[in-house]
Amino acid sequence: MYTQGLDQKSAENETSMADEGVAAASFQARVDAEEKIEAKDWMPEAYRRTLIRQISQHAHSEIIGMQPEGNWLTRAPTLRRKSILLAKVQDEAGHGHYLYGAAETLGISRDEMVGDLLSGKAKYSSIFNYPTLTWADIGAVGWLVDGAAIMNQIPLCRCSYGPYSRAMVRVCKEESFHQRQGYEIMVELTRGSDEQKAMAQDALNRWWWPSLMMFGPSDINSSHSAQSMAWKIKRFSNDELRQKFVDVTVPQATAIGLHVPDVDLQYNEETEHYSFGEIDWQEFQNVLAGNGQCNRERMQTRRQAHDNGRWVREAAAAYAKKHSNRAAA
Amino acid sequence: MNIATDKNVLLEYVLRLGDNGLILAQRLIELVAHGPELEEELANANFSLDYLGQARLFYSYAGELEGKGRVEDDFAFMRSDREFCNVQLVEQPNGHFGGTVARSFFFDTFYQLQLEVLTNCRDAHLAGIAVRAVREIQYHQRHNSQWMIRLGDGTDESHRCLQESVDSLWRYTGELFAGDSIDDQFRDAFDGPDLSALLARWREIVESVFSEATLDVPDDQWMIEGGRDGRHSEHFGSLIAEMQTMQRSYPGQQW
Amino acid sequence: MTNYDWPLYEVFIRTKAGLSHRHAGSVHAADDEMALNHAHDVYTRRNEGVSIWVVRSSEIVASDPAESDAFFEPAKDKIYRHPTFYEIPDGVENI
Repeated sequence: MYTQGLDQKSAENETSMADEGVAAASFQARVDAEEKIEAKDWMPEAYRRTLIRQISQHAHSEIIGMQPEGNWLTRAPTLRRKSILLAKVQDEAGHGHYLYGAAETLGISRDEMVGDLLSGKAKYSSIFNYPTLTWADIGAVGWLVDGAAIMNQIPLCRCSYGPYSRAMVRVCKEESFHQRQGYEIMVELTRGSDEQKAMAQDALNRWWWPSLMMFGPSDINSSHSAQSMAWKIKRFSNDELRQKFVDVTVPQATAIGLHVPDVDLQYNEETEHYSFGEIDWQEFQNVLAGNGQCNRERMQTRRQAHDNGRWVREAAAAYAKKHSNRAAA
Repeated sequence: MNIATDKNVLLEYVLRLGDNGLILAQRLIELVAHGPELEEELANANFSLDYLGQARLFYSYAGELEGKGRVEDDFAFMRSDREFCNVQLVEQPNGHFGGTVARSFFFDTFYQLQLEVLTNCRDAHLAGIAVRAVREIQYHQRHNSQWMIRLGDGTDESHRCLQESVDSLWRYTGELFAGDSIDDQFRDAFDGPDLSALLARWREIVESVFSEATLDVPDDQWMIEGGRDGRHSEHFGSLIAEMQTMQRSYPGQQW
Repeated sequence: MTNYDWPLYEVFIRTKAGLSHRHAGSVHAADDEMALNHAHDVYTRRNEGVSIWVVRSSEIVASDPAESDAFFEPAKDKIYRHPTFYEIPDGVENI
């Protein structure tokens, strides 16, 4: 699938400037013909860099995303819910793993990517800088955050880069239960006591807008979109996906008696789409810049885990080395 | 043979199995997102899921045996900390990775031996759960044995860390084999494990892994007991309070 | 930064008896045993396997895509290797 060793881009693929134009044209022709690009194939340097940035950011998001949900693992209200949540958080680790693997095929090591995350150079999805305050947040995260993620991820299964597309096929297949379990939590709460209903509504109030922000800046302000579309890394624009999410999600809220916290929300019979209010882009920029409620905690937890694990990783490497030396002797 | 007494013995025995699994799962779950490497993160979640799954089977069966309508969640969330009868070893705090590995290694080695006997015990339902569980625990035990060896025979630092964990956890291993009347009655009525035979076998496995890991087996010492009677470590109350908070704060609701 | 050396292994999984092992992905591991464990934990969380192979990525010899024309094109001509090449009269079955 996303092999590094077999597929790793080799340095011998260097092309001279004269050949570069020809290669680029034939590359684009392959992309246009919906052929998959594999790791050792020639690709424009900018394509490679864009993919590394996007895939590693995606991987980091999975890993950081374990924290807000992990926050409720020890307190899940039933053993069934505890098992489901644990399986979901585990999947996130697995998906981060697949994605790091896909990025590694492009000639960057996992170490280097993790280093970029820990140093703050690499970004992850801002949504995970919001806190999970009540059990209903676990429902809202599954329903809305995974729902938004799926909107983003399904088109990526057809991404022009083979290893990324294969990783996403696997991720999407495994994630199919994630959103459902979240919605099921919300359904259960809205069928429960007044206190539980209020808990569900409160969670929706807090997670609705950040979920819309997950699709990124509006198309007019999105710097990467056009080129990514031409390369078929991206298939739909940020605003198209956001609209799709709103159209799908609003009826799900209504069906269980929850109110979407947007006074401007209105169904337009003509366009058959919901029109909705303006996102607070100032909040978006600030959370992105590191000023969200949990940015610092998330990074601190990650760094701590990494630092605390250092002696363990070193010990295993030392043991393996001793052992292979002994075997060779 | 007194059927009513036997049933009570079986119930008590099954609850102990459930409590061991649940409490160890609860400790391992605390480690999620704190693992030393991504692949180990996945392993830890697998182990927790296995223990949790086993605990649920044991509790459901306990509910059936008791016949008072209690279900798995009642046993997990509606008993006080003094009613939990897990061994103290599994409730010990995580500490560093070496401590987690050593705790699991000591417990899994015992638990695997215990389950192997239970697969042939005279209660068919319990034997059925044991057949499923033993496969899972064999894998845990192997995984943790390997880590004991890697850390013990890794770097000077890892050797020192692991030896410290071993030394501080050793006093909780005695309870695994300190049988009480429930163990005796269960052995007699259901062909349950003979704890002294288990201890001999456990000792052999531990010594062989320790020798490969270049670890010292701690000297014989005073062993801490009481978990089976509901006497636990000081921090156990916090573990239970955290785990039960939702059910206690909002009693009688569906989730 | 980290500066430890856990090499990469490629993972091949047989999903059920009767099928061949198929490449599933890769894992980092310090030693062979660990690589098997990691492959088990990462790639068989949903009972996807009955058998796992792991092999150091560096031990695999792969063909070069730059030479793929020379390597694979000639075989495309040999259509007589495929059963659909041959004409069978109508009414003749099971051949």
